[in-house]
Amino acid sequence: MKLAIVVQRYGTAIAGGAELHARHVTEHLSKYADVEVLTTCARDYVTWKNELPRGPDSVNGIPVRRFPVRRPRNVERFGRWSTKVFRETHSLADELAWLDAEGPASPALVDHVRTNRTAYDFFLFWSFRYYQAYHGARAVADRALLVPTAEREPAIGLSLFVPLLSGVRGLVYLTPEERDLVHAASANEGVPSIVAGSGSDVPSRVEPERFRQKFGIQGPFAIYVGRIDQNKGCDELFTFYARYAASGQGPLQLVLCGNSILPIPDDPRVRHLGFVSDQDKFDGVAASDVLVMPSYYESLSIVALEAWAVGTPVLANAKCDVLKGQCLRSNAGLFYENADEFVEALSWFTRRPDEAKALGANGRAYFRRHYAWPVVEKRWVDLLDRLAREPRAAGGPLAAPLPGWRERRRPSLPPAERVLERLPRAPSPRS
Amino acid sequence: MDDSKIRSDSVNVEHIMQQIRARIRETRGVDYTEQQIRDVAAAAFERFLDPKGAREGLFEAFRQGRVPPSENYAFEDTTLFDSHRAPLRWIRRLLRPILKLFFNPNPLIQALHRQSGINERNAESARVTYELLYNLVLETTRLTVELQTLKMRVESAAARLDFAERRSRVAESRAPHRAQETQPAPQGHPRGRHARMPPAQPVQPVQPAQPAQLAQGQAGPEVPADSVARPQTPRDGDQAGGAGEARRRKRRRRGRRGGAGRSAGEVVTDGAEGGADGAGDTAPADAGDGPARPGDRRDEPAARGVGAEMPPPGDGETP
Repeated sequence: MKLAIVVQRYGTAIAGGAELHARHVTEHLSKYADVEVLTTCARDYVTWKNELPRGPDSVNGIPVRRFPVRRPRNVERFGRWSTKVFRETHSLADELAWLDAEGPASPALVDHVRTNRTAYDFFLFWSFRYYQAYHGARAVADRALLVPTAEREPAIGLSLFVPLLSGVRGLVYLTPEERDLVHAASANEGVPSIVAGSGSDVPSRVEPERFRQKFGIQGPFAIYVGRIDQNKGCDELFTFYARYAASGQGPLQLVLCGNSILPIPDDPRVRHLGFVSDQDKFDGVAASDVLVMPSYYESLSIVALEAWAVGTPVLANAKCDVLKGQCLRSNAGLFYENADEFVEALSWFTRRPDEAKALGANGRAYFRRHYAWPVVEKRWVDLLDRLAREPRAAGGPLAAPLPGWRERRRPSLPPAERVLERLPRAPSPRS
Repeated sequence: MDDSKIRSDSVNVEHIMQQIRARIRETRGVDYTEQQIRDVAAAAFERFLDPKGAREGLFEAFRQGRVPPSENYAFEDTTLFDSHRAPLRWIRRLLRPILKLFFNPNPLIQALHRQSGINERNAESARVTYELLYNLVLETTRLTVELQTLKMRVESAAARLDFAERRSRVAESRAPHRAQETQPAPQGHPRGRHARMPPAQPVQPVQPAQPAQLAQGQAGPEVPADSVARPQTPRDGDQAGGAGEARRRKRRRRGRRGGAGRSAGEVVTDGAEGGADGAGDTAPADAGDGPARPGDRRDEPAARGVGAEMPPPGDGETP
């Protein structure tokens, strides 16, 4: 079986969530099939500037073919189109213009997909919201598998993506919440799909004491790992932690690992370590009493899974359906909706150390059962085998041509934010 | 993915979260989520923005979460002569000196340019005002919710305090009686309070007080306002014992439970009752002690509240 992995960026130095997931899956699927990566020359997801050489390349032994991006993203133009399609009644042409403005617009990549459609058994597209996924999947609808990496964001409410999500051969979700969101947005329950999740390369041995000695950390602490950014809910985390510290309910310090965009609070109990190596990250998470995940939007929190892999419980933002659902299904994490719950839940971990350890043990078992790489690989292989056996249906909503010039410009589509508001919001009861 | 949930016997996340929320409720009262507070605030905001009192369109604009869009314009020195057609723009520029022979457009351009800036600042100010107003309403709602919670807690604490006070008063009043009961009674006398009574005197008929005298406050002993709380002193009529004493106790009990039907200083004559009570048994009435009549059912508890369950302080009935 030959597979083409089509993703917006690819490389060992690229740390974006979807791109990292694509690389991990590619490397693990290479054990079962011939894989080739089709990607752009971009390294920066904001500008999509062509920084990497075009043409064939190799990353960790996987063949990669890079295509240039036609033009870098114009942030102002993209912002204007985003306002138009997210907040105002608009037309399909507006949505197509938004997609073009978002990028990475690489017609060469789409042409390659179209002209080499029979050279691959399946094309695996990552991230529904990008140019290459939409136009590439339209070019090879009967061989397209999509990993949407959908989050609760306005783009899921665009009409443009309904045929994409309901017209591909198969879908691979990261979490049940993502699946439910996509089902609600595009009514695509009939499309074959799996909730594959993602594995993580957890080191076989973690050394919590080494971490404490290296960074001079004593006493119990909660840890946050990731970019310290408002989009990740870190400003709220700082506010809530200040209340926790002022309440005197517990001795937990707050250790932050990751590059910071926000100013770090001037509090001796808050320690910012900056960017740390993978080994330090795992050692730190293992040394901590609890991992805090304040993010509102996650399609799959790898960090939370890694914390569970080393037996550390998680305290997550309940406003993120995915995180709350993961905590409930794993029985390995608590969640908070406001400052009071944050303070009370954080102090619970030091008040009830034995139960906190039991949560961690649950997390370890949950990770082994659902997110170990052999488990994830088997789900992928089973889906590919199943789709390879099934006959390819001709046509479908994705293969249908776009409406005519006049119809495309009819401003009849609702604002995406309004569509998003109507989508159900709850952690999935099923897993 | 396997749908099974991993459950440890010792922990259950949902149960822990319930405990945490219950703990928050105990310490903070009613547990409103941020969204609930926002919803309540939105309702309050709508009341505040009564369309009858606001100018047309403002209410809807505030409901939609934004101030009315200001129709501002950019006005530069070239605006008057601008055109998207390049030749026309060129001709206008060419003829501008001729135009200036007729009038001076510069003050007009400057005024409109400044007005454009003023419009922009006003729009910004309106946005800030809206934010401020919204935040104030939100904060007021939050404080109102907290105030209500605190009110409930104060009421609850006051009720508990009242109950505790009453109980302690009863306990204090009973303590000496119990101490006396434990002392051995002299031979030939019954145990208890009556054992300390002076020897029985012959019953002297006493004329009931005249209403006129009562009105002037000249007749009958003056009863202090706090007499209800005091232990009753033994009276002559007590020696009658038997049915008469039981009835009198019953009457006292009725009076206390009956509430403040009368003032504490009121004097009641029991002469009309006759019987073993003896005519003219003039006694300071317990609050609300009224003349009992045959068949009167007022001895049933009137209220089932906290106070109703407790024997009143100073009750003459000893064990």
